[in-house]
Amino acid sequence: MDSQNVISCGNTGPKVRSDCRVSFELTSTGGVQIELKSKVKAMYGEQILKLTNEVVGFYGIEHCSLLIEDSGALSLTLAARLEAAIRKAIGSEKEFLIPFLPQNNYSTEKERYRFSRLYLPGNSPQLFINAGIHHPDGIILDLEDAVAHDKKYEACFLVRNALRNVDFYGCERMVRINQIPRGLDDLPFIVNHGVHLILVPKCESADQLHQVNNRIQELLDDKSHKIWLMPIIESALGVMRAYEIASAAENVVALAIGLEDFTADMGIQRTREGEESFVARNLLSMACKAAGIAAIDSVYSDIDDTEGLISAIKVSKSLGFSGMGCIHPRQIRIIHEFYGPEEAEVDKAKKIVLAFDDATARGLGVVSLGSKMIDPPVVKRAIRTIDVAVKTGKLNANWKEEVNNEVR
Amino acid sequence: MKYDKLVRNSLGRLVPTVVNGVAQVPFMGVGKYRPTGHKAAPPIVSAADFPADGNKVLSGLKDALIKSGLRDGMTISSHHHFRNGDLIANQIFDIAAEMGVKNLVWFPSASFECHSPLLKYLEDGTIHHIEGSMNGSLGRFTSSGKMQGMGVLRSHGGRYQAVQDGEVHIDIAVIAAPTADFFGNATGDRGPAACGLLGFALADSQYADKVIVVTDNLVPFPCIPWQIQGNNVDHVVVVDKVGIPEKIVSGTTEITRSPDRLLLAEWSAQFCEEAGLIHDGFSFQAGAGGTALSIGVYFTEILKRNGWKAAFARGGSNRYLVEMLEEGYTKFILDGQTFDLEGVRSMRENWNHVNTSPFTSYNYHGKGFFAQFVDIVILGATEVDVNFNANVVTHSDGVLLHGIGGWQNTLFGKTTILPVPLFRDRMPVILDEVTTITGPGELIDVIVTERGIAINPLRTDLIEKMKGSSLPIKTIQELQAEAEAICGKPAKPKLTDEPVAVIKWVDGTIIDTVWKLAE
Repeated sequence: MDSQNVISCGNTGPKVRSDCRVSFELTSTGGVQIELKSKVKAMYGEQILKLTNEVVGFYGIEHCSLLIEDSGALSLTLAARLEAAIRKAIGSEKEFLIPFLPQNNYSTEKERYRFSRLYLPGNSPQLFINAGIHHPDGIILDLEDAVAHDKKYEACFLVRNALRNVDFYGCERMVRINQIPRGLDDLPFIVNHGVHLILVPKCESADQLHQVNNRIQELLDDKSHKIWLMPIIESALGVMRAYEIASAAENVVALAIGLEDFTADMGIQRTREGEESFVARNLLSMACKAAGIAAIDSVYSDIDDTEGLISAIKVSKSLGFSGMGCIHPRQIRIIHEFYGPEEAEVDKAKKIVLAFDDATARGLGVVSLGSKMIDPPVVKRAIRTIDVAVKTGKLNANWKEEVNNEVR
Repeated sequence: MKYDKLVRNSLGRLVPTVVNGVAQVPFMGVGKYRPTGHKAAPPIVSAADFPADGNKVLSGLKDALIKSGLRDGMTISSHHHFRNGDLIANQIFDIAAEMGVKNLVWFPSASFECHSPLLKYLEDGTIHHIEGSMNGSLGRFTSSGKMQGMGVLRSHGGRYQAVQDGEVHIDIAVIAAPTADFFGNATGDRGPAACGLLGFALADSQYADKVIVVTDNLVPFPCIPWQIQGNNVDHVVVVDKVGIPEKIVSGTTEITRSPDRLLLAEWSAQFCEEAGLIHDGFSFQAGAGGTALSIGVYFTEILKRNGWKAAFARGGSNRYLVEMLEEGYTKFILDGQTFDLEGVRSMRENWNHVNTSPFTSYNYHGKGFFAQFVDIVILGATEVDVNFNANVVTHSDGVLLHGIGGWQNTLFGKTTILPVPLFRDRMPVILDEVTTITGPGELIDVIVTERGIAINPLRTDLIEKMKGSSLPIKTIQELQAEAEAICGKPAKPKLTDEPVAVIKWVDGTIIDTVWKLAE
């Protein structure tokens, strides 16, 4: 199949795993010709052919030539590759939708801990499958920098299918769309397919977020459904407009900073210590506090430098950032541990939660600790601190029993 | 006759009762088969027929093979301590082919990809069949039914047992040695091709009719230590190079960087700690894979934290294990094969780094064996079934690709744990039925996957201990269902009803059959 009319989507090669390449050509006679090369042919050959015929039939194609080079792609990947190739070839807008997993039917809160969010290149399905087992707070299916220009189109289908059909085990599902305006074209692939939060890269104005929100509203099936936004500030102009961006809309939950592009924009070198971005990060963090949202730090790119990551987190936390992007699952636990609550915070939260339990048990409307009244938001925050402490292994899940045992 | 009279063994697997013309016993269950009679023995010889000055050096390997009486139908053995850097095994058959010798049986302790040039001798009839491991391209060749005889796969301990019990008679043993003297004393712990020890060649040196030592490092008598005793050796041959050092110390000897595998390693170690399997004076089987190595590192952390020491680690040694020994976290290494130069150095220098053999560690037809009393055994598998039976020799498409190694033998440890991914690419690891049973489920206790941990229902003690654990303990059926929800239910591989190889259990009985692939 080397004709110019062949449309290829997906990846193949000795190092490719859990993916496939589909090469599709419309023909005028001969029916549907499928050639399958697969390392799992013995176990899944029939299922692969069944799905392929289903997709081909869905688009009403009677004559075509199809080559599938499979390295163990799951159905969601094969379907995405087939749909991308066929739609490109015949110019259809019809969506071939695979099932939405029932366990993916959950929403996320505006205010939630977002310590870690794991970047997953949007066109690399092998990294999707096990991302959730490492329990980051969020996963980012990246359509922007991690996807080559000629792969942007096919990646949209894969990301949509991943949102619908990959179990990320309770993570917040995020997508980094392309820079506005191009990123607006990514929205139809994610808006009604289970995305919780959209990262808007290289954001420089409130208007860009309004454009995103307008498009989301146009697309949404359920207009009351909330999709959160996290703009990424990656330029000097973006930093100077941070407050405007942070307060652009009520669904903006945090600003993130992208230091690779920021330092490039400034024409300066990014260093391990990060002093060159100190003011920018400070400004961004302040803008976020002023707007009542969270500030999220840039990724730490040396995955082998654990010490460097820890000191970066300590500085970051001291500047008011409450989380960081991850480029490798190994960074997740460190990020949780060092952004997570410190011992004194946990101790205080325990006391507040116990006082709250006590007040509830006695039917009191007011929670007090010693002579001090505790406001409801403080209780809420304490409960969250405890949740995170348990989640990050800093507190035993049955800590209340332990406290009771001590008292006895 | 290649094979005859298929019957069902106690696991319900169809196995031949005649293999390569020899009568076989089907697997009867663990510990059920009790052979009688006496062990085999090599012929009586007289020193009068050997050089009075002790110098057995001949001009070359061909000369030695001719003097050993190489002829059609003989069984020729070699060892695999040089792993993928072996330069000698292929030469034996180059010489045999040149001499026009046919129908040889190759009896290696294992084969590697470097042995794929032997395919041409399997095709032209120089080699009739292989009794050993059939890895990579040799495995594919066997699976396609092209080998003239039946392949016979044995564990390291099973190989010793087969030689000792007279199931396999070695006509000529060729023992490549990193260092030797003119009398035939030989060691693996020094020399340009140092590989640590030569334990896999022990049976060969004791039981073969003729024994040839081949070295590239002839030292003045005495070669010390003499891992192979010259008194068992007929001829000594000196060559330029016996092995390629960088390929000898290669393979999976680095700690894994894969986050998924690290999770398996961490959970496995945590399981051992929570179940009380790790304690002061415990022992463990040290594996070579990236996951197993990482588990060793987690074990050391647990020992450090509690102020404990392991009594011994047995298995393959490498720099991580040596570090553990030198820092005092294990008192001994009982080494079966050495994986890197640090292991070789340690064995040479440290009295507590002991060289062992399949006889001491693994032989089931002995008066006990070390692997029985190891506390924790961490192993891999290509497939596991819902009855905890596991497969290490074939892939899910039915192709024979790996040897058994010491895998079957180490199953006899007190607790066997298999950390395996729930699926590889799309292929689920937990199946209704494994393609080839290499080890029976009654000896496999725990399956650790990245989505949960299953404990064999037979291990009620472990199930009890892990109640209330933060680890995700599930049933093996739950894990299987989880994999199938993601991957789909796999179809069974298409195989013919023609056996191409048999899998021996540690007692010489046949536990399963490898079938020819359908076209």
